[in-house]
Amino acid sequence: MTETTGRMGNIPVLASALLFTTIGLILAIAGTDGGMRLHGLIFGLASAAALFVIASRPAERSEKPSGYFDGPIRVATIACVFWGIVGFLVGDVLAWQLAFPALNLDLPWTNFGRLRPVHTSAVIFAFGGNALIATSLYVVQRTCRARLPGRWAPWFVVWGYQLFIVIAASGYVLGITQGKEYAEPEWYADLWLTIVWVVYLLVFLGTLRKREEPHIYVANWFYLAFIVTIAMLHIVNNLSLPVSWLGSESYPLFPGVQGAMTQWWYGHNAVGFLLTAGFLGIMYYFIPKRAERPIYSYRLSIVHFWSLIFLYIWAGPHHLHYTALPEWAQTLGMTFSIMLWMPSWGGMINGLMTLSGAWDRLRTDAVIRLLVVSVAFYGMSTFEGPLMSIKAVNSLSHYTDWTIGHVHSGALGWVGMISFGAVYCMVPWLWKREGLYSMRLVEWHFWLAMIGIVLYISSMWVAGITQGLMWRAYDHLGFLKYSFIETVEALHWPYVIRATGGVLFLLGGLIMAYNVWRTIRGDQPVDVKDQPKVAAAPELRPGVVAAPAE
Amino acid sequence: MNHAVFEKNSLILLIGALIVVSIGGIVEIAPLFMLQSTIEKVEGMRPYSPLELAGRDIYVREGCYNCHSQMIRSLRDEIERYGHYSLAAESMYDHPFQWGSKRNGPDLARVGGKYSDAWHVEHMRDPRAVVPASIMPGYPFLEKTPLNYDNIGARMKTLQEIGVPYTDEMVTNAKADLAAQISPDTDSAKALVQRYPKAQVRRFDGQVGDNVQPTELDAVVAYLQMLGTLVDFTKFDASGQNLR
Repeated sequence: MTETTGRMGNIPVLASALLFTTIGLILAIAGTDGGMRLHGLIFGLASAAALFVIASRPAERSEKPSGYFDGPIRVATIACVFWGIVGFLVGDVLAWQLAFPALNLDLPWTNFGRLRPVHTSAVIFAFGGNALIATSLYVVQRTCRARLPGRWAPWFVVWGYQLFIVIAASGYVLGITQGKEYAEPEWYADLWLTIVWVVYLLVFLGTLRKREEPHIYVANWFYLAFIVTIAMLHIVNNLSLPVSWLGSESYPLFPGVQGAMTQWWYGHNAVGFLLTAGFLGIMYYFIPKRAERPIYSYRLSIVHFWSLIFLYIWAGPHHLHYTALPEWAQTLGMTFSIMLWMPSWGGMINGLMTLSGAWDRLRTDAVIRLLVVSVAFYGMSTFEGPLMSIKAVNSLSHYTDWTIGHVHSGALGWVGMISFGAVYCMVPWLWKREGLYSMRLVEWHFWLAMIGIVLYISSMWVAGITQGLMWRAYDHLGFLKYSFIETVEALHWPYVIRATGGVLFLLGGLIMAYNVWRTIRGDQPVDVKDQPKVAAAPELRPGVVAAPAE
Repeated sequence: MNHAVFEKNSLILLIGALIVVSIGGIVEIAPLFMLQSTIEKVEGMRPYSPLELAGRDIYVREGCYNCHSQMIRSLRDEIERYGHYSLAAESMYDHPFQWGSKRNGPDLARVGGKYSDAWHVEHMRDPRAVVPASIMPGYPFLEKTPLNYDNIGARMKTLQEIGVPYTDEMVTNAKADLAAQISPDTDSAKALVQRYPKAQVRRFDGQVGDNVQPTELDAVVAYLQMLGTLVDFTKFDASGQNLR
């Protein structure tokens, strides 16, 4: 790809920004409902701001971009930390609401039903998504020894994605939703995300094509599969017809049983590809990098990759056991979910065994401990998942808090911990610091998060299994033993314990935000001697080449 | 095959991955649109009346699906607690489906007719007034908010375009039918029931007086009171062509 030069090169970019500004202003004025007008205004203002920035910075003819393109990655890293705090905070508010319903305040904007999508989207797409965008664009440049293509495209991906998050989340609070779990954003937000995502794919692919290394590194296989599969899932599951092109409402194309199957094909693979394949990309780069050891097995990487992406996509129907979904589909879903155990554990073994010869680092480096513990949680969740996909087990666990606990052992343990590890690695590297501001604070973060997770998942096991057993309990005369509300009352204390665990996890996140902020600000690290050499930016390590091949 | 082919060519890697991830979805989803047996043959299913649809849209807007399923599984305790297991036919006009995935509250697939309107009104205003241990949020604003149904015809038209069997007559009369459902003993209410058999006509939110306008609570209660009431299970045969 050629680098654009001069004022002329900016014209297509300027034209798109102008187009988006116009669309936004039209919607802001002519929108048929208040939500659409507000979103039109936000979209128009954001596009106008982009227009201003682009117009005020024409590329110099002589300017030759060199080095890695890290500006957008820095923004995505900060966004990851920021949205993480938002997501954990809203999640914990929801947890307290379930224990003490008065906290709903009985207002439209604060009730559980509207806030829960804010929590799920904030942690999955805002926190997780930004972690993936940041790490993928970081990793692909280093492992290809090539700069991201384009002058504005990487910026567009990062800021366009933040705009999507703002529009989606503010929409939920206002009651704008498609009513499909993890796919709540309405049609116009979906269209916008599609554009952003295609540019993301092109930026990633463009870097691969420019690479100076003959082989594409394994982490990039996972990132690529994640990006392209999420595009497929997002487009198919969000097919819908707007009531008006100027209004926020729409109706999804697929009804009832077909809608349910498509939704869980999407829903389970948002887990499989965004929260798993993408984060395995993180594992395959940051663990060997931080441990300074090669990947345990190259052959296992290949088997892991292809079997994981092939099997995952079938697992969706296990969310629909004993429902009106035809039984053949349920059986397929269960079978493939059980098979999925194998590649999942293959990947876990490949990640853990990379520590061979460096296990002592678990004691001394809290960052590598975060990375490794996350892989252990990955192994635990991917054992529990196939277990819960077995119909007999699922008949007990489904609709209960066991599912919520399972999701959080994956989300807090695997996705959360590996993202924290990656952020702690990347921040000194991106901002060219000698190390993190404080390793002691990482220790605090690690232990607070660990205790938080243990409280969370153990209370949810208790809650879920208790309620599942109560629902199906019969008395000696053959009547159902408990009314529904009695099974809710039984959950009060587990809910309090869960919410307490959430507080600890949130506290850990705040400590991370403080540590990251002090590091970025350039404060002298307080315990640099306790940090491994690899904690410092490559430029500050002797004998390391930190620039791409020219 | 030598894996270097994939490792050395980003487009081959991309296409290879795309093919591998497409297979499962195609095998599991496409047949559901083609196999006749996917949707049972039943009597009584009809599209939602305009007021019920407006209520359903509010149900979606408030995110009720986050805590309430509408899918009774074919398990003994669920059938005894909630009623006949849910059929695919019962949600065949649902865009989006609202089967749910978590029961912080009970299943609602057959909640229609289980409680009085007055109970629902009180329960929406303050859930703990009728169920002291309830953890449901209150929705006192529903009864205070007039129902906005300016575009109810456009909503039904959209659903018609994506396959819900609304007739043009239904779409044309959408607004009149919506108002008719809270106007018992009128000719327009008779016309409504003609178009939507089994539609229940009354003031769901308990308002008294002449010329009352529908509230959001009217719509929500109308929707809740019809849930699971359409299919005639005396004529449902779980064997034969409906055996799955």
